[in-house]
Amino acid sequence: MSTPFYVSPEQLMKDRADFARKGIARGRSVVAVQYADGVLFVSENPSQALHKVSEIYDRIAFAAVGRYNEFENLRIAGVRLADMRGYAYDRRDVTGRGLANAYAQTLGTIFSSGGEKPYEVEIFVAEIGDEAAADQVYRLTYDGQVADEHGYAVMGGAADAVTAHLKEHYRSGAALEEALKTAVAALGHTETEDRVIAVDDLEVAVLDRTRSQPRKFSRLAPARLETLLGGRGETSPSQVHPDPEPPAADPEPPVAPPIS
Amino acid sequence: MSDPRLPAAYLQPGVSSFADFLAAQAPDLLPARRAVPPGNAGDLAPHGTTIVAATFPGGVVMAGDRRATMGNIIAQRDIEKVFPADEFSAVGIAGTAGLAVEMVRLFQTELEHYEKIEGTTLSMDGKANRLAALIRGNLGMAMQGLAVVPLFAGYDLAADQGRIFSYDVTGGRYEETAFHSVGSGSLFARGALKKLYRDDLSAEDCVTVVVQALYDAADDDSATGGPDLARRIFPVVQVITADGGRRMADDDVAAIADRVVAGRMVRPDGPAAPLTGPTTGSTTGGDAR
Repeated sequence: MSTPFYVSPEQLMKDRADFARKGIARGRSVVAVQYADGVLFVSENPSQALHKVSEIYDRIAFAAVGRYNEFENLRIAGVRLADMRGYAYDRRDVTGRGLANAYAQTLGTIFSSGGEKPYEVEIFVAEIGDEAAADQVYRLTYDGQVADEHGYAVMGGAADAVTAHLKEHYRSGAALEEALKTAVAALGHTETEDRVIAVDDLEVAVLDRTRSQPRKFSRLAPARLETLLGGRGETSPSQVHPDPEPPAADPEPPVAPPIS
Repeated sequence: MSDPRLPAAYLQPGVSSFADFLAAQAPDLLPARRAVPPGNAGDLAPHGTTIVAATFPGGVVMAGDRRATMGNIIAQRDIEKVFPADEFSAVGIAGTAGLAVEMVRLFQTELEHYEKIEGTTLSMDGKANRLAALIRGNLGMAMQGLAVVPLFAGYDLAADQGRIFSYDVTGGRYEETAFHSVGSGSLFARGALKKLYRDDLSAEDCVTVVVQALYDAADDDSATGGPDLARRIFPVVQVITADGGRRMADDDVAAIADRVVAGRMVRPDGPAAPLTGPTTGSTTGGDAR
């Protein structure tokens, strides 16, 4: 008969948090930047099909890093929640705050329930208003915490280096072109060098309040990016090993610490 | 207070159809899922009437009159029965107005939901088939007098042309060539379209043709409303091309309708078609020369 080990609640939560954090840091960063006409999302993602940034509703977008299957599930649930609410009530009754709350409650429950492994994801939920002051960017972490971000926000990968670069160069109220250049430069920045990321490896999307349609989300195609970014010099290949989507399976499946 | 967490069913991968998801999660919200007591309920609610659509090189036009009737009463004179379904298609509905509006809302959500979940839009035929499925679910209600008959039109980016689909109450889906019309005044509208339609119309001429057709429908069908010159209420017109769909501005429709009405002051039956058409040429429509 084996005696169950005693694990203190502090240790248990710390282990779970470390596990989730490790998974999130494995991928590449996603940057959200507020600019004059809305919110801009930029990420380094060579895949044209597996998106990190997506539309949820008229004025709401979703961006995520971490395990693809997990955040894809959350994204689909968000689209369903938004469409269901918009159909049952009205399109104006779908809010980013409501969605962020649903995500926070869901992630929080999964994180603290002993049986399931915590989700290895971090999420941005952004909503634009009629003017820049009403724009919202929420950051949701694996444990269900919600933070309200202002100006710019970075998650996943080497988030610290990218944040440091943005902190230095970000200017609020910038036009799309300037915001995009800053964000792309920040993504290529590491402590040792500044990479120029190829246009085909960028996934860029905006919530643009100047669009005439009610749906404000749009993706920027490589041709458009080329014009906006202009000459940036020679592109250099990524230092990170090929894209981590889906991340390579660990030799041993993760197991939650024993509970006694 | 309900649980703020996402329900487990929302996190399940699988269906990309909003209507199917709704049927599983909140069936009471489906337009067709209503318990109607036996008997004919057709007189209870307003009816929308005539919708016409016609293609032109590079796009398609759909227009609907603005009248809703309840028996001999005009229930509403500025109802809208033509809606954008998504960026490249429009749907117009004749029949029970309340159900029709709800069905359009479900269809719009259905197309948008698929696009967001799958990351790509449905094909033109896929959209037409989804609408057929929604109509099929309404057959029970149709048999009790609450029929909904849509007309669906859009620009097919794969085929590079405007396309029109008509339906029957059982959900049967039929592709139409050149032009079509549904609703109580459709017989008269179709007669007018036959005489006026040419296959080399410009977008604006095509709008003139459908406004003429609606005028003829209103002329002979009491349930179809003609241009309301006193209140300045004119048909709703959707024009869809490769650049997407847009609702034609009321002022532009008013200008065309004013010209049509001015012509009818001179010849109340509308433009005269030649007695013998060209002996050669295309099989649809006449010849502009």
